[in-house]
Amino acid sequence: MNVFKTFTGIIAPLDRSNVDTDAIIPKEYLKSIKRTGFGENLFDAWRYLEADVTDRGDLNRKPNLDFILNKSPYNKAEILLSRENFGCGSSREHAVWALSDFGFKAVIAPSFGDIFYSNSFKNGFLPIRLNVNEINALFESVQSKRGFKATIDLEKQIVKTQDEKSYSFNIDDSLKIRLLKGLDDIALTLENSKEIINYEKKRSKLTPWLFREI
Amino acid sequence: MKTLYDKLWSDHIVHDYDDDRSLLYIDRHLIHEVTSAQAFEGLRLANRKPWRINTNLAVPDHNVPTKNREVIDDPISKLQLETLDKNCREAGITKFEMFDVRQGIVHVIGPEQGASLPGMTIVCGDSHTSTNGALGALAFGIGTSEVEHVLATQCLVLKKDKNMLINVNGKIGNGISAKDIVLNIIGNIGTAGGTGYAIEFAGNAISSLSMEGRMTVCNMSIEAGSRVGLIAVDETTLSYIENRPYAPKDDEWKQATKYWKQLKSDDGANFDKIIEIDAANIEPQVTWGTSPEMVISVNQKIPDPMDTEDTVKQEGYKNALDYMNLKPGMRFNEIKIDKVFIGSCTNSRIEDLRAAANIIKGKKVSNNIKLAIVVPGSGLIKQQAEKEGLSEIFIESGFEWREPGCSMCLGMNSDQLGSGERCASTSNRNFEGRQGPGGRTHLSSPSMAAAAAIAGHFVDIRDL
Repeated sequence: MNVFKTFTGIIAPLDRSNVDTDAIIPKEYLKSIKRTGFGENLFDAWRYLEADVTDRGDLNRKPNLDFILNKSPYNKAEILLSRENFGCGSSREHAVWALSDFGFKAVIAPSFGDIFYSNSFKNGFLPIRLNVNEINALFESVQSKRGFKATIDLEKQIVKTQDEKSYSFNIDDSLKIRLLKGLDDIALTLENSKEIINYEKKRSKLTPWLFREI
Repeated sequence: MKTLYDKLWSDHIVHDYDDDRSLLYIDRHLIHEVTSAQAFEGLRLANRKPWRINTNLAVPDHNVPTKNREVIDDPISKLQLETLDKNCREAGITKFEMFDVRQGIVHVIGPEQGASLPGMTIVCGDSHTSTNGALGALAFGIGTSEVEHVLATQCLVLKKDKNMLINVNGKIGNGISAKDIVLNIIGNIGTAGGTGYAIEFAGNAISSLSMEGRMTVCNMSIEAGSRVGLIAVDETTLSYIENRPYAPKDDEWKQATKYWKQLKSDDGANFDKIIEIDAANIEPQVTWGTSPEMVISVNQKIPDPMDTEDTVKQEGYKNALDYMNLKPGMRFNEIKIDKVFIGSCTNSRIEDLRAAANIIKGKKVSNNIKLAIVVPGSGLIKQQAEKEGLSEIFIESGFEWREPGCSMCLGMNSDQLGSGERCASTSNRNFEGRQGPGGRTHLSSPSMAAAAAIAGHFVDIRDL
């Protein structure tokens, strides 16, 4: 997994609560069997005026020019700012893949859907929780200056905006380390192989029905 | 004193880390075609093999056609189904084929086959895995990276959730179903109300539900923000499981039931949050907006955004009304429906089909309904319904009787809403575009959706 480095990027405001993973990447575009290429269909229903009837990347579709990510410079934004319960709904990891593939590295919101939050960290993508007042302040700054930027320093757990305001955020140490070091979760768990085997031995005596073959 | 969730959690700890995380053992992994391909690819790239092959069970459900199964028109759907085939064959994982009578929606077939059992940890790359929690199992949805992690290690690294108890007590009114209960709960606590919690549903209105009804309730935990929904094991649970194909038999059955009977929260166990719901006040529920929390009783008026002071909520309400093409103050009986969908992992079990058939028996689907479909949750449910004569009732009244799958709940196959079409749906999500780009979804119980098919708009089934 990629290592998460401090970066400075444009913040795109998406002023909606309950942005669900169906909206982030609609089901019509979940059919790839790869992890890449989903960025083109990020927020598809909001980003384009018509659905892609060809099902495989219609380059002639009309973009919805009112949608924030179709406006320069937000088409190059790396930080997304949104409202409560971002990423709720379906467990599709494609939502994180689509955000990353578009170029986003972090999303800032007051709260997140649990599965989306956990999926983010598996992909070097940082969801940042700030309180509602801080989110309101950020929206105000972002909306008052086009292309408003912030620097995200995960090590220090700080979002520093171009108007010199600092917002510190909380994050579990284990998640932070995972992003900073780009750790491979599976390799880490396999270090506990012996314990897994011992657990299976113990449990197959106590609850043998759980070890019957399917 | 432990909660049910505490018990399930502690019985599966393989390792406790220095912080608040644990390595949890996963007993059952259910697999479908949409969220597994990249996980198998990940294993191959890292040259890893599945840890315990024979605890995985795979089934195609999201993409399968429900009409003509001989031809899959969409080449990309076809590729996804073939990829699941190939991955399972190579790994040696048991998979129910599309033409197998046991095929169906992954969350329906797990319990139906006895592949999902009380006391298990059960995961699947799908948020509605919480359905299995109705059996007193710790069941939750995971992303694709976690699917890969479970395949490779049979474990997940997790932080324990907080405990929430939702008590539903009182006498349930006539015509009120499990779906109305859970929609009412979501309306009460909101779609983020359960975030960070494992929810246990309890109270006499829950324990009086059948297993099918309990599954409907746990299914929609995720719509209340919680990955985990749970219901304690009781006699209803045990008699549902007995004699299922993968359920333990003979001496092992005795041993298992002894273990299962303690799968309930101890008296005096501590919950971080307790919510009380009066079952007697629950009326037939219908969603009006684009989030499951935007739900009201069928006789209430469509709400006015200006009645709420929260400006973010106000904006959300306005967006929803606009998308749904509704105006504040409207009544459901003046809102015409175009399509009716009875199915999904929420409401496609035999009891759901019986309830819907009971409403439409001898009546005809209204002229303004372009399409009304019933999609059973599994081949076995379909067979059972045909044996009971339910399929004939549906067909005679003008419904199409389809093959099992996820179908119009999310429209990954060709069962979709057209832009602007309005649907009475027994599924679980009314998000924008969920059932097809531009489609408008109203969630309800099977009886309410069936009654809407006959009237052409929602009606209060208690008046029928």
